[in-house]
Amino acid sequence: MAAEQSRLSATHVLEYPYRRSVGPIMGRFLTGLRDRRISGVRTGDGSIVVPPLEYDPATGAPVTEFVDVGPLGVVTTWAWVTTPRAKHPLTQPFAWALIKLDGADTGLLHAVDAGSADTMKTGMRVKPRWRDERVGDIRDIVCFEPEGS
Amino acid sequence: MRDVAIVSFAQAKNVRRELDANEVEMVMPVVSEAVEQSGIPRREIGFTCSGSCDYLAGQPFSFVSALDAVGAWPPISESHVEMDGAWALYEAWVKIQIGDIDSALIYAFGKASMGDLPDVLTLQLDPYYVAPLGPDSVSMAALQARAYLEATGRSERDLAAVAARSRKDAKTNPAAQVTGDFDPERLLGEPYLVSPLRKHDCPPISDGAAAIVLASGDLARKVCKRPAWIRGIDHRIEAHGLGNRDLAKSLSTAEAGRRAGLGTGAVDIAELHAPFTHQELILRDALGLGNEVRVNPSGGPLAGNPMMVAGLARFGEAARVLMDGQASRAVAHATSGPCLQQNMVAVLEGE
Repeated sequence: MAAEQSRLSATHVLEYPYRRSVGPIMGRFLTGLRDRRISGVRTGDGSIVVPPLEYDPATGAPVTEFVDVGPLGVVTTWAWVTTPRAKHPLTQPFAWALIKLDGADTGLLHAVDAGSADTMKTGMRVKPRWRDERVGDIRDIVCFEPEGS
Repeated sequence: MRDVAIVSFAQAKNVRRELDANEVEMVMPVVSEAVEQSGIPRREIGFTCSGSCDYLAGQPFSFVSALDAVGAWPPISESHVEMDGAWALYEAWVKIQIGDIDSALIYAFGKASMGDLPDVLTLQLDPYYVAPLGPDSVSMAALQARAYLEATGRSERDLAAVAARSRKDAKTNPAAQVTGDFDPERLLGEPYLVSPLRKHDCPPISDGAAAIVLASGDLARKVCKRPAWIRGIDHRIEAHGLGNRDLAKSLSTAEAGRRAGLGTGAVDIAELHAPFTHQELILRDALGLGNEVRVNPSGGPLAGNPMMVAGLARFGEAARVLMDGQASRAVAHATSGPCLQQNMVAVLEGE
């Protein structure tokens, strides 16, 4: 069809190019990752929130005291990905997991490189695998892996 | 409190890919149908409120162009929420409570087929700790599903039974996208999508639109033989971090249900915005709905799940059953955010 050839087209790049400041609480956690340090914050009832929030999720009160946790932790729930998507952190089959780091009272969402779903179990202990070049980003932890591996 | 009722509901057929109509063309027929059914002249409707998401359309303020579907000249009183249309209904309900209007039109639309929905939904997550890792909506639901199954001792067979019942009930819903008779045992033979979830545990990706008209007291009685009265409505939110809350329970749903007055009597049916099979069971637990309560007679979100629409459609489907006289008390529920983060509960009654 002639109209087909004369149709106008333009490339549309979709992006929301916001820049965010991480502030003193999240900034301290992210900066700590550069030194392989994982920190949380203590809330009013004494529990340790990891990764840290700027406020106590129960009361909204600001948090101030930092506490180092981990680096090992326990899987509290997990989901096995057979076919990783392009934006996933690993290209081979892996598990998403909530990981309660030693000393923490909340779960950190991350990937676990366990090789096979048969290796995964709620309650298993995992340790972080650190990136060589760390920049202060949650991805400074490549993933977690079974403690014995 | 003023008496407020749903007096009409219309929705487009849920489809995987709406190729022929843009958002305005999807919204216009359902708005016209809902307004016509309501019996209230369009120019006399006091307020218009919509729910949609710019990330689905891929352009900021995309809801403004959808106003072409309602006709905003001469100027109308109008608002929008970047949420499911159920929250637009809540805003309209509040505005009617304030007392300066007696009716409102609510509509919602979502055309997920224009992008890769799991990737788009990842953009709603915490941008510091979570989104950089790229977890998709199905993976996050799967984390919740395992937490629920291990906490309660329920099985993947229980999840398959929810899927089979939903698809069967959807056979009588002309708007449904996934319908038919399925044997739960055979569904369990399918491979995992993200374990412990299989494809039948997840909602279809849908394009769709819906509209509702609300009216207060005497106006509702005048235009509608059997209005679906909103006796109570409330919404509550939990911490955004998945590791900061008990995924096996929905405390926000339980609290919203309590505040909406759910406990004051028995209900006949519930329309629950549970996009994943295990979420229906979590919501049933949170609302204390026993086996005598028929859940999602429309087929629910497992039979058709247009983003930003499926929650509003639960209100519409629950209201329709009451307006038809098939039930006298119903629960309508809507959710927002990953793993049931935020929840709205309303108690609806026929006359």
